[in-house]
Amino acid sequence: MSQYMLLLYAPEVNEAEQAQRETELPLWQELTESLQEAGLYVASGRLHAVPSATTVRVRGGDAEITDGPFAVTKEILGGYFLLECRDLDEALRQAARVPLARYGSVEVRPVMEMSEFEALYEAAAGQA
Amino acid sequence: MSGSVERRPVRDGQAAAAAVAQAFREERAAVLATLIRHVGDFQLAEDAVQDAFASAITAWQRDGVPAKPGAWITVVARRRAIDRLRRDRSLSDRAERLADLLRLDAPEQSEMIEEGAIGDDRLRLIFTCCHPALEQSARVALTLRTLGGLTTGEIARAFLVAEPTMGKRIVRAKRKIADAHIPYRVPADEELPERLRGVLRVLYLIFNEGYSATEGEQLVRGELCSEAIRLGLLLAKLMPDEPEVWGLLGLMLLHDARRGARVDANGHYVQLDEQDRAQWDEARIGEGMHALERSIRLRRPGEYQLQAAITALHVQGSNTAGTDWKQIAELYGALAKLDPSPVVELNRAAAVGFADGPQAGLELLEPLLRDPALARYQPMHATHAELLRRAGDRERAVQAYEAAIALSANAVERRELERRLRGLSAG
Repeated sequence: MSQYMLLLYAPEVNEAEQAQRETELPLWQELTESLQEAGLYVASGRLHAVPSATTVRVRGGDAEITDGPFAVTKEILGGYFLLECRDLDEALRQAARVPLARYGSVEVRPVMEMSEFEALYEAAAGQA
Repeated sequence: MSGSVERRPVRDGQAAAAAVAQAFREERAAVLATLIRHVGDFQLAEDAVQDAFASAITAWQRDGVPAKPGAWITVVARRRAIDRLRRDRSLSDRAERLADLLRLDAPEQSEMIEEGAIGDDRLRLIFTCCHPALEQSARVALTLRTLGGLTTGEIARAFLVAEPTMGKRIVRAKRKIADAHIPYRVPADEELPERLRGVLRVLYLIFNEGYSATEGEQLVRGELCSEAIRLGLLLAKLMPDEPEVWGLLGLMLLHDARRGARVDANGHYVQLDEQDRAQWDEARIGEGMHALERSIRLRRPGEYQLQAAITALHVQGSNTAGTDWKQIAELYGALAKLDPSPVVELNRAAAVGFADGPQAGLELLEPLLRDPALARYQPMHATHAELLRRAGDRERAVQAYEAAIALSANAVERRELERRLRGLSAG
């Protein structure tokens, strides 16, 4: 079993269209429950709108704080699911079930396991 | 290796090298497919198989060629994989993989050759290489590299890209398979039809890439046709109840039979009805017809079967006049229902133009001429020009030929269109 992060992106829309999307809440709840029952669910979350974002960078020891997102894009990161799946095929099947997939995009990214970064650390230490 | 394996002594290095070359051609894909399942990593398996073939040359020269070269390579490759895993600290789960491999390498196991599993492994390998999560060009390259045994350099030359670019594409695809855990298995029944379509598309892309080449890199690109057919034969052997697999195989064989006749001694393109039939490969046509018949017997029509049937009618017609255009037009109609596309409509218009006269063809072509997606599609203008010429509309035919010539990327095709345009002005 491996963890996959499903990153949910969708274009911003006007209020009327947004209201239409909000009526889909029961679909999201059903999906979450079914993922929990199947033992695939780890975590999920919905993000506040982009204007609420703040970006932090530490350069030369000083924290630099700016208003706004790291990158301005057409499709906006609006939430995520963290799932535990057998393989990519299972993760892709779940991604297709996310209601947002019908109007936005679901990016599926495998999450590194601790042993994977330890191996990278060992390999880097071996080279140094 | 254990003493029970029978050996044929080889006196000279040349014979050993020939045996290794033969084993490489015939057994590499199967050995690699099995080793990938055992080690769970494409790169490690490929490196280990490479090592095993390299050591076979000296070992077989010294000890004779083993009775089962594939089994010998499998065992040696597995040991090389164990050595590499012991050295390589960058693999995260190497302890588990090592344990699995050592268990497989135990004496009672190494004598056991999983005959039935080999076919399944190659099928797993095909489906993994053609996984939809990989970019299309990476699927093609990975299939040729792992199942076809082509080198990265050969694939790069065939697809006209720089070797380092192709190398990066292949490495990136293998990394994604490992990092994202793209499964190594034949898809479940509910996913199989869609995934099989993806596999067939990859094979057909490989074939077309070789077939559409008419000049220049002809030789190396012709190998792509042979490779696609070889992979089609393998797939037909592994999935004999899938009609579209036989349909695609038939389609490729029927086209390939006429490959040599498409270009004359001066490198000029020769259209179907002017080709020298003595240059057609009759045996290949027979194989193609056999594959097509087999697909039809399974009674589940599909797009490749229809295309193969159309090609068969072209091959059977002695010339344009003797071809059964009515039936070809009907088959294109069936294809348009199954898989509607402007290109199918265009071919239907051309066939109807022969079956029912140029006016009927022009009527079907009318909506396509207004389709902006086809505005820069050379074959549409070439077909339009032919229909107008036959309908006697010389002025508009000249315009259509000129549009087709301006859009021709291929020198051989362009010369042919220019020849026809000149014929029009002269007549």
